Amino acid sequence: MSTIIEMKEVNKWFGDFQVLKDINLDVQEKQKIVVCGPSGSGKSTLIRCINRLEEHQKGKIVVDGNELSEKTKDIEKIRAEVGMVFQQFNLFPHLSILDNCTLAPIWVKKTPKKQAEELAMKQLEQVQISDQALKFPGQLSGGQQQRAALARALCMEPKIMLFDEPTSALDPEMIKEVLDAMVNLAKGGMTMIVVTHEMGFAKEVADEVVFMDEGMIVERAKTKEFFANPKNERTKLFLSQIL
Amino acid sequence: MIKNLSLLKPNRESLHVYVSLGAAFFILGIADVTFNIFEFFPIWISFFIPLVLCFYGLHLIRIEFSGIKILDILNKNINSNWFNAILSIFAIFLLIKSIPPILDWLFFDATFIGSKKEDCTGDGACWVFINVWFERLMYGLYPINEIWRINAAFIGLILIVGLAFFVSAKIKNYVLIFLIFVYPFIMISLISGGNFGLEWVETNAWGGLALTFIISIFALTFCFPVGLFLALGRRSSYPVIKYASIGFIEFWRGVPLITVLFMASVMFPMFLPEDTYMDKLVRVIIAITLFESAYMAEVVRGGLQALPRGQYDAGKSLGMGYWRMHLLIIMPQALKLVIPGIANTFLALVKDTPLILVVGLLELIGMIDMAKTNPKWLGFAAEGYVFAGFVFWIICYAMSRYSISLERKYKTDR
Ligand SMILES: Nc1ncnc2c1ncn2[C@@H]1O[C@H](COP(=O)(O)OP(=O)(O)O)[C@@H](O)[C@H]1O
Ligand SMILES: [Mg+2]
Repeated sequence: MSTIIEMKEVNKWFGDFQVLKDINLDVQEKQKIVVCGPSGSGKSTLIRCINRLEEHQKGKIVVDGNELSEKTKDIEKIRAEVGMVFQQFNLFPHLSILDNCTLAPIWVKKTPKKQAEELAMKQLEQVQISDQALKFPGQLSGGQQQRAALARALCMEPKIMLFDEPTSALDPEMIKEVLDAMVNLAKGGMTMIVVTHEMGFAKEVADEVVFMDEGMIVERAKTKEFFANPKNERTKLFLSQIL
Repeated sequence: MIKNLSLLKPNRESLHVYVSLGAAFFILGIADVTFNIFEFFPIWISFFIPLVLCFYGLHLIRIEFSGIKILDILNKNINSNWFNAILSIFAIFLLIKSIPPILDWLFFDATFIGSKKEDCTGDGACWVFINVWFERLMYGLYPINEIWRINAAFIGLILIVGLAFFVSAKIKNYVLIFLIFVYPFIMISLISGGNFGLEWVETNAWGGLALTFIISIFALTFCFPVGLFLALGRRSSYPVIKYASIGFIEFWRGVPLITVLFMASVMFPMFLPEDTYMDKLVRVIIAITLFESAYMAEVVRGGLQALPRGQYDAGKSLGMGYWRMHLLIIMPQALKLVIPGIANTFLALVKDTPLILVVGLLELIGMIDMAKTNPKWLGFAAEGYVFAGFVFWIICYAMSRYSISLERKYKTDR
């Protein structure tokens, strides 16, 4: 296996406030990593640095062999390889679900329209909302919207998938349908970094769990190890609160 | 039955008696307003008689849940209590008093047929004035023999716009591109002439409603894209672009249009190199375009501001660059949000065109000014301005309806 994401001594500030402190994280191909930690600990910022939705100020981030910095040309090319699913879905409300899914393939990857639509239908099938393809996002439930957002990201056939609390904005009864879709994706062999508080999901699919607090990676361990005997006091406290 | 009949407290049992009685009083009141039946009373009584009659009439028919549909609707909307009843009565009186004279002036006492001032003998409007001057009002001082060129240009425009509505989506794009990037120039060369064996007509001779349209069409077409770029520029992360945009927008928003037009016509040529010449109409169109594009920019920026950051995140995460993201995701949503604002700006632009009067270009209102000061036709300002108001209203109302239909068409969030 080869390293697909490498973060070395990554630091980031918002003004005077340091969000990320000396982050070291490497992810192997096909690895599934769950990131957890209290709110405001910098989890979102961390994964948003991986596709450069946020810019880090110090340190080094390498994604699939490309270093991310101001000098990076074609950041769009790297982003096209890294899919992302957001807490708030962020579907494009002016386009139908199908158009949401075909927009980037057609305009970024220059896939012929017909082919893009076939792929989109396949992905929508996978997340079981192919019957909603012609509706607009506003007409779907939260769970359906999030699955559509997942399908949209997958239509770009990314190498890496980032998830930022994909179920946090959902009503409890819809969480499972989204998690199921993610489990399926994991079984298919995708490289995944998932920020979530769904520990059941972590136990089921994660290879490793990363615990963050106050901008630092406090603990990183194999999933079983992480839950069975966490080393750090803060991890223990966090787990006792969340489990 | 009679016992139940109280004159102050209408009730449901004797519904029909009350309603008939109330209607009678009301109609009597209205009749008095219209025909002054009770004139023989002293003025201070006769003045209040219709009011009292109508008020009492409305009081008698104010019966809740009467079961008569029309009566219930009436009571609910214009007669729910004594105060509303009085307001309704005043409104009705006002209409009765004002509408007939207006109609008389506009139509019944107006003169439509004739060819000179003396033909207008009635008390009403003299539409002969509009009739005689019609060609001038429409085409300005454009040579009469060449008017077909203006007609052809506009008929062509209408045909192409019509075509765009009927062809399939794919061809429609080509039609629109032709309409926006090619047709305006065909139109201008047709109207100005000077080639293809067409006689050259100076822009000074252009005028009337045709000029209103020409200026509006060009300024609208140009101010829209300029406004978009300014709006994006104002939100740019490059300081140079950002502050240049802010400066530009604030400058044009800060000066009155009349000043801008003056500068375009009088001062601007002084800054041009000796032997270059730019047509006055072109300068004016550029001035109006820049002026309105500043407003357009702020309208569009309002829409951009309203979009959540997540839309940008999603676009970027799918590998879209700045332009692709704005073209496909951001602008369609932002523009959809601000259709009413865009319509507002467009309407304002159309209604601002008469100001070109100050630099000696005479569109519809300018031509009316000219016609009304013609020694043979003194004293018809009212007819002229009413006509101009009507024409502008038609144009603006059509635009307003179109913007509403666009809003409906693009409404996807329910
Ligand atoms: N754009 C921003 N500007 C300033 N501060 C921010 C910004 N985004 C996040 N922060 C701050 O950075 C910290 C970490 O945020 P975030 O990464 O969203 O945490 P998490 O996802 O773990 O809840 C928080 O204190 C938050 O207030
Ligand atoms: Mg977060």
